Amino acid sequence: MAINWFKYSAPTTFYGLAGKLIPWFAVSAALLLAVGLYIGFVVAPADYQQGEFYRIIFIHVPASILSMFLYLILAGYAALGLIFNTRLSAMMASAIAPTGALFAFISLWTGALWGKPMWGAWWVWDARLTSELILLFLYLGFIALHASIDDPRRADRASALLAIVGSVNVPIIYFSVQWWNTLHQGSTIKFSGTSMHVAMQQAMFTVLAACWLYAIAIVLTRVRSIILERERHTQWISELPEVKG
Amino acid sequence: MKKSSLPALVMLVIRRDLLLAMRRRADVLTTLIFFVMVVSLFPLGVGPEMNMLRKMSAGVLWVAALLSSMLSLGRLFSADYLDGTLEQMMLAPQSLSMLVLGKIIAHWMVSGLPLVLMAPVLGVQFDMSAQALGVLIIGLLLGTPILSMVGAIGAALTLGLRGGGVLLSLLVLPLCIPVLIFGTGAVEAVSTGLSAASHLSLLGALLMLALVSTPWVTAQALRISME
Amino acid sequence: MNNLDIWMRENPLTYVWLGSYAVAFVIFAVEIAMVRHKRKITLRQVRMMRDAGIEE
Repeated sequence: MAINWFKYSAPTTFYGLAGKLIPWFAVSAALLLAVGLYIGFVVAPADYQQGEFYRIIFIHVPASILSMFLYLILAGYAALGLIFNTRLSAMMASAIAPTGALFAFISLWTGALWGKPMWGAWWVWDARLTSELILLFLYLGFIALHASIDDPRRADRASALLAIVGSVNVPIIYFSVQWWNTLHQGSTIKFSGTSMHVAMQQAMFTVLAACWLYAIAIVLTRVRSIILERERHTQWISELPEVKG
Repeated sequence: MKKSSLPALVMLVIRRDLLLAMRRRADVLTTLIFFVMVVSLFPLGVGPEMNMLRKMSAGVLWVAALLSSMLSLGRLFSADYLDGTLEQMMLAPQSLSMLVLGKIIAHWMVSGLPLVLMAPVLGVQFDMSAQALGVLIIGLLLGTPILSMVGAIGAALTLGLRGGGVLLSLLVLPLCIPVLIFGTGAVEAVSTGLSAASHLSLLGALLMLALVSTPWVTAQALRISME
Repeated sequence: MNNLDIWMRENPLTYVWLGSYAVAFVIFAVEIAMVRHKRKITLRQVRMMRDAGIEE
């Protein structure tokens, strides 16, 4: 069965498809989260060195991974929007940004809370945490720029360019922060060094999957609202059952 | 209009912008004064203990240079934007990237170069050694153009917006962090007896990278802002 | 801060749950609430525009 992908690049068809998919993603996210946390807290044993504190990683690591990958996906949509001039690509980029930023924040917060029992301080200038902070700034910059421009088309394109410039810079920033960290013999938040217990890995992957599903559900919901807003003057919007009321 | 060669075109733009900047000397001077003031704030804030100040010196000077650059970037395109010159530049057959490069060079000469020249004086206030000062200046010489170039992208994107200078800083500062790290790292290295060569060559590499990419990206950003 | 340290070492799991997971869940809940709210007011706005258009 060949799916005509281009059909779904139009806001009209995408809106409907997204609406059908969201409940599936949302429910499976909740289920997987419950399973993952169960494995993480009940099945997995306490760590040799860190005791119970290490269990923070089950949310910290997925949040970090998501914040980074969501930024790349955002930049990808931004590039698509600039190159092919597709409205939906720009809308997706705008929809992803808040979720990515929140995951970055969760990563920073849980990272700090993990750092406190390990290093005795709420914040350590660990290379990864510092890079995560800069990533949060990149997200906020994207959101701020988009919000500051009234013309939607200029807003989309300007923030898209910013996202692309940012994503190109991410490796440079990451490398320089690594350099800076080793230079100053900063602390490194690392897991115990010994290989992780199987249950720990399972828990982490399960929660990671749950976070991905959650992110997809949230982003799709947000983009539907953006579509409604942008296309409010069109016929197909006024024909929608939820609008007819 | 006579078809001029590319370098001649860039020179023309530089000369024009320098001339305009000279007529508005106040703008230029305020940036420099800001730089001096920010640097002076740190000892007032953290205390006059010389050992601590010496350790902070590179960081303080670099951060102040970053902030001063951000402040001055608003001026890069705004005057031409307001009086319609920018539109003319975009309609011209000549390469917009080259015109932009000319403007950035002129801007750096007027905003970045004075900082580099002022830095030694301020560095002495922080009891920096001659070696450290030397590396600081070379670093600033390599780094401030990068700041101008990356900042130009931000200036182009935020053309005519309400948020203005603060928004520009928010967007550009994260991108400037590598320059900050390598610039200060070079001074630290030399202070502990190591060589600053790797840091400075990384700065040089970033400068080359910026030189080949930012004019074009800035031109695209201008087109987006002016549509 | 010392009291916090002592409490933390004696109640590690509570620390982990309250400090990290509870905060994460709150953030998720807030995000979900915000997204649903945005949808609600966008729908209301579109309906109003549509009704205003029909009245002409």
